[in-house]
Amino acid sequence: MTPSAPRTPAAGESAEPVAFPLARSCPFSPPEAYAAMRGNGGLTRAAVPGGKEAWLVTGFDDVRTALSHPASSSDARHPAFPALGDGEQAVAAELRPFIRMDPPEHTRVRRMLVGEFTVRRVQAMRPAVEEICREQADHLLSLPAPADLVGEYANRVSTTVICRLLGVPMEDLEFFRRVTSVSGARSSTAAEVGAALSDLFGLIDRLIDEKAQDPGDDLISRLVNGPLARGEITRTSLLSQIGITLNAGHETSRNMIPLAALDLLRHPDQLELLREDPSLWAAAVDELLRHLSVADVITLRVATEDIPLEGATIPAGDGYIALLAAADHDPRAFPEPERLDITRTRRNHVAFGYGAHQCVGQNLGRLEIEVALRVLFEKAPGLRPAVPLEDLPLRSSSAIFGLEEVPVSW
Amino acid sequence: MVSPAPGSGPRLHADTDVCAGAGQCVRAAPELFDQDDGGLVVLLAADVPQASLPRALDAVDLCPSGAIGLR
Repeated sequence: MTPSAPRTPAAGESAEPVAFPLARSCPFSPPEAYAAMRGNGGLTRAAVPGGKEAWLVTGFDDVRTALSHPASSSDARHPAFPALGDGEQAVAAELRPFIRMDPPEHTRVRRMLVGEFTVRRVQAMRPAVEEICREQADHLLSLPAPADLVGEYANRVSTTVICRLLGVPMEDLEFFRRVTSVSGARSSTAAEVGAALSDLFGLIDRLIDEKAQDPGDDLISRLVNGPLARGEITRTSLLSQIGITLNAGHETSRNMIPLAALDLLRHPDQLELLREDPSLWAAAVDELLRHLSVADVITLRVATEDIPLEGATIPAGDGYIALLAAADHDPRAFPEPERLDITRTRRNHVAFGYGAHQCVGQNLGRLEIEVALRVLFEKAPGLRPAVPLEDLPLRSSSAIFGLEEVPVSW
Repeated sequence: MVSPAPGSGPRLHADTDVCAGAGQCVRAAPELFDQDDGGLVVLLAADVPQASLPRALDAVDLCPSGAIGLR
């Protein structure tokens, strides 16, 4: 490409870049502007925080291409990396969580983790997850109604599951919940987030020492006495990888479970189908994942070479964001995408991403969402929101979309 | 129905070098795929029985890393 060549890869692109990220106006739908962007020939220019610009990819096929192309880089150290939060790029460039790495380094770290999340291993966790969900549902229902479905159920389920998997002792669970509620809250200042992350890393650091001395049957013990002991990963990197696994495993389920419960309550016909035929639950979870696509903007990338899409090309050196909720609401892939339909046969949604970075914990995520919802509706058949759905406070600033709180009665 | 002779129908191949260990193939077609202890794809059957063909195609489509193919 000559220096004078136009950088505009698509016709129909609006002159002014779109200010990004965009807020949802309805918790159950992607930002409305995504639909119009699909008419832009595939790419829309966006202004992201910090003064940078990046391309937004919205079509289903284009998103899959953009996330699986060999020239797709996740490395946060690239100057064009389209970070969405203040300080996000600096933190990711320093901590280097594996979700922000490229092969071969990414492959090496990811392979230390994938064995923990195989379909078989996750199936074996079902009884433990059921027990956790029953305990937490009993806790919720012991409270005076209305009670908060996020804080008193979903957050307690997701923190207990991920801490048990990683081997965070139960006596540290309250500390972990406190720290992550600060680090993930919209109201927290940068200093508060920094202090909370530092507390979290302090906890993991202590656990690494303890599990070297006294290993248990858990993920941290296996990493400490395997790859760390063999010198295949540094202690600093191990801390980051455990930190991102804890955070990603906790916040996603915490946000998905209440949204999915409400989404089913808004569609009583779908909930009725599940009551009549519980074998539909697995398909229902995938449809809820597609419909809500809460990790929409996690896929921040840089094109290291030109990446040709259906109607446009992402130019080499440019940052881009492959919008998962836009892809999952592309009517060419999912007819009537706004309709929640648990009988859809097509389930190749990208709610967990696509390509080599597709969510490593997706099988556990599906299990947690399914069991948490089944137990909840079984124990509280009269569950209902205690405030109008329009009044629910959105958690838009977080990397994972969710609701701040969901008061429910039963 | 007469089954085709082994090797004459569609054959699966799996590449553990590019496998991301997502387990999507095992979910789609557990009779054709498994994961080893490290999470990487294990092909249980390279020749796809006619009855498994839709699930094999599903697995190829769902695989996020392009590690499995049918030819």
